[in-house]
Amino acid sequence: MSKLDLTGSRLGRRSLLQGMGVAAIGITVTGLGACTKEAGETASTGEEAKLNFYNWDTYIGETTLDDFKDAAGISVKMDLFDSNDVLFAKFRAGNPGYDVIVPSNDFVERMIQAGMLAELDHAQIPNLKNVDPGFIDVDYDPGRKFSMPYTWLTLGIGYRKSKVPTPPDSWKVLFDSDEYKGRIAVLSEAGDMFRLHAKYMGKSVNEITPDDIKAIEAMMIKQKPFIKKFHEDDGQDLLLKGDVDLVLEYNGDIAQAMVEDDDIGFVIPKEGSQLNSDNLCIPRDAPHPKNAHAFINYLLDAEAGKKITETILYPTPNAAAKALMPEDYKSNPVIFPPADVLAKCEYAKFNPELQPLYEEAFTRVRAA
Amino acid sequence: MAEQHWKENPKGFWAVSATPLLWTLLFFLVPMSFVWLYSFGSNVGLTEIEISGTLDNYKRATEWLYVSIFLKSLAVAALVTVICLVVGFPVAMALTFASEKWRPWLLLGIMLPFWTNLLIRTYALMMLLGTQGYANKTLGWLWDGASWLKVFFGMQPLPTWEPVQLLYNNFAVVLGLVYVHLPFMVLPLYSALDRLDKSLIEASLDLGAGHLRTLMKVVMPLAMPGVIAGVMITLIPALGAYLTPDLMGGTDSQMIANVIERQFKRANDWPFGAALSFVLIYAMFILIALQSLRKPRRGEAK
Repeated sequence: MSKLDLTGSRLGRRSLLQGMGVAAIGITVTGLGACTKEAGETASTGEEAKLNFYNWDTYIGETTLDDFKDAAGISVKMDLFDSNDVLFAKFRAGNPGYDVIVPSNDFVERMIQAGMLAELDHAQIPNLKNVDPGFIDVDYDPGRKFSMPYTWLTLGIGYRKSKVPTPPDSWKVLFDSDEYKGRIAVLSEAGDMFRLHAKYMGKSVNEITPDDIKAIEAMMIKQKPFIKKFHEDDGQDLLLKGDVDLVLEYNGDIAQAMVEDDDIGFVIPKEGSQLNSDNLCIPRDAPHPKNAHAFINYLLDAEAGKKITETILYPTPNAAAKALMPEDYKSNPVIFPPADVLAKCEYAKFNPELQPLYEEAFTRVRAA
Repeated sequence: MAEQHWKENPKGFWAVSATPLLWTLLFFLVPMSFVWLYSFGSNVGLTEIEISGTLDNYKRATEWLYVSIFLKSLAVAALVTVICLVVGFPVAMALTFASEKWRPWLLLGIMLPFWTNLLIRTYALMMLLGTQGYANKTLGWLWDGASWLKVFFGMQPLPTWEPVQLLYNNFAVVLGLVYVHLPFMVLPLYSALDRLDKSLIEASLDLGAGHLRTLMKVVMPLAMPGVIAGVMITLIPALGAYLTPDLMGGTDSQMIANVIERQFKRANDWPFGAALSFVLIYAMFILIALQSLRKPRRGEAK
């Protein structure tokens, strides 16, 4: 578990900024250690025994990288990113030297279209058999040619039970009501915000029209005075610190917060929500593609997957790893929402036409 | 030492300035010229930018939406600069007149924050200002104390303490920016005041001017170069502030740098981001040009 105690709380997957100072020290030390010991060595894959991994913060098991080094003799240097946009921006001018990256589903689609990903050789990833079959043939990467599922997640409302007497069941409390004015934080990610507002209006996240964007913009401007903060995916920290009582956040982040504070609840509203999935990919021109395949295969191993899941508490698409997890994880309704709720949730497709419209509308909302 | 024109000793001049000039050229002018070119381009697909010479990006950048954000950023930066000047001037005076023994320590106190990362300082301030932060805890404690005193004297107790909203609003952004930029104001002011001939102040006081009059008529005009340097060095970075409004601001605290950042990341619209950046750079050039126009007058004052 990540234990950076800057804010008196653990860090979530994307709240990288807070961790950067300390994390940078950790990475440098690991990186240097790797350099001195491993210089010139060759791994069983025939490549130099190194791998460059670009991952989210708090998104790997505590010992996973060391375990992989013991198992395969490859030392992993991990750098951290805090949003898909940063990942994409870094790869615009070509691969800066990474072997394995972890983009979300819509960015897998976007990076495939931009020709940034290398095709995976399934023969080198036998542990693909551990993955839940429901995660193999997905719309954003049919047949898993470019990506392997690492986690999946969904957005919902995290709330402080003692301050919110009736558990909210609708997006209304966040998007269209002054009931909890000044005690709400929502995401600053324009696309997610517009898609969830569409859900609240009873539309699919993939059927938004420019007229809907106008209507949603008006709703957001009306709601803005009641919102305290557009947060950068650190909503669980705002909730833990008591700055707000309701946040729009990912289920895994709230599950992590609930370990610390049992006054926190989580609900996926009845209108349904948006699903996301983070995926292991090999970018084009990766310096160590064979090591990258070996590493992805290792992360999909049942035992390794279990250790990762124990730390990050996100839902895992790795059926073999899930089977090894204790009952209180498998039956946790925050981590694994009930089937009838999930049936109303959708993956968002990457839509290059609407993205700039979302951004400009959200800039107008902020300026209003 | 007499000032020497660079043409009188070109070898010495080039020996000293070749490295910084080359550095500026390679790592500033060349990359910036790419960004400048991007600002006349348009997106083709996801990663390609075609430099077509279009002015659409600048047209969009001058729409009222973005102009209003520019003006708001300028207003915030100007307010921050004024507060820094009002707070910084007495500090710089105190530094100037402090004893030789204390001055290095006081200067260290001004410099010390520079040794800590801006991010860490901002988070520290956020911990202080939060709803459950120390500032609110202290205020709540004082409030309870006052309430207890009132009861003690047989009066009605005060209503229950409601935490003050100190974080995630425009107040927090201004406070955060003042906190960060204050040393930039104090140091140039101090260097101007330190060079000031103290006997002029003594003369002014001896000849019957009061303290306030001496300050306004003697100290201020002589410190003007420092004031202007301090204003420029505070106003320009504050205008481009990005981290503080992002972390400490509320729902309506975006500044122009936040909008620019989003063009390069979320919106994936580099040409428009480049155009906005250059509008900001031009605005800063204008500020610097205005400052250099003042120079002849300052020479006369001497």
